[in-house]
Amino acid sequence: MKTLALLCFEFFKTGLFAVGGGMATLPFLYDMAARYPWFSARQLTDMIAISEATPGPIGVNMATYAGFTAAGVPGGILATLALVAPAIAIITCMARFLASCGANQNVEFAFYGLRPAVTGLIAAATFEVFKLTILRPDAFGQTGGLSRLFDWGALVLFAVVFVALMKTRLHPALFIALGAAAGVLFDL
Amino acid sequence: MDAHDAQPEGEQAPEETPRASLADLFVTFARIGLFTFGGGYAMLPMLQTEVVERRRWVGESELLNYYAVGQCTPGIISVNAATFVGYRLRGVVGGVVATLGVVFPSVVLITLIALFLERVVDHPIVQHAFAGVRVAVAALMLQAIVKLWKTGVRDVFGVFVFALGFAVAAFTELSPVIVVLSAIALGLIANHSGLVRHLKQSRDDERVRDQEKRP
Repeated sequence: MKTLALLCFEFFKTGLFAVGGGMATLPFLYDMAARYPWFSARQLTDMIAISEATPGPIGVNMATYAGFTAAGVPGGILATLALVAPAIAIITCMARFLASCGANQNVEFAFYGLRPAVTGLIAAATFEVFKLTILRPDAFGQTGGLSRLFDWGALVLFAVVFVALMKTRLHPALFIALGAAAGVLFDL
Repeated sequence: MDAHDAQPEGEQAPEETPRASLADLFVTFARIGLFTFGGGYAMLPMLQTEVVERRRWVGESELLNYYAVGQCTPGIISVNAATFVGYRLRGVVGGVVATLGVVFPSVVLITLIALFLERVVDHPIVQHAFAGVRVAVAALMLQAIVKLWKTGVRDVFGVFVFALGFAVAAFTELSPVIVVLSAIALGLIANHSGLVRHLKQSRDDERVRDQEKRP
């Protein structure tokens, strides 16, 4: 019961402060992973893959998955509803007053600070994923050898996928499948 | 679902107040949720087909306006657009129903996948597969940052705020909420204090200098 209430509170907060779409919810989820025993950073990263490769908005998929992992089926449903609740309230108000952003100069000013900050937040979430994949902070800390910092096999796969992503317009789900195949083939 | 498909297409002329039953709203948005991967802008073509062309609930430019507003308000962009369309057609209840519709397939599908994965996650092959998948996710996220950087980080101030947001989230226990609120404050202060004008000025000066250098 207490978990469900906390879960609702945390996802409501995420829905209220994650500006800029699904990816913007990730920093909040990694923050939850650090503070609660609900799910680990590793599980979250797996969830991102599932959410990208499954129909539906990524942010919603992540909320359902994270809520489910934390507290079963009720957790998944409640986390999703809590995530969209603030948006429903805000959009309904905006529609009523026919407000639009860009019209107000202060909104533009706020976004001047908000956009780079959200990029920084998502970069921090990406750094968490790096630590789980291509970087090996533990091995590096023990030996101090720079060559130990990287998981070289993973780094090669990362480089291949990243270059392909930048150069082609293929669907992300394809790259996730490619990652899975490479993981099995090369025993990552 | 099929009953709605059978509606003659293109016959309804755009009216002043288009009509839609709540069931119609729910089913249409559930379909949109079911057939789009990725969310955000990936959902826009599907919304255009279903909501603008087929049902004529809103106009093309109106939908794009909703998207623009959805980007600068909290929450998931495509969910925000759903709330807008639902509200426009059936008021507050419509907004709620459309939103519930768009998240419904996610909740069902993801719950099923999660239940299934729970059973197989300890299998070595699944473990290896996910090790590879995580690497692909790392690449996807870096790509997302490159895109966001191009539109969001425009000058020295942007680089500073980016670095600050990254450092706070990566190396401290502070909540992202604090980063978001401080960033809004910084954006307002920088603009009202004239710092931005100064940055723009120096950038223009640089451009002039560059042009003068050219023969």
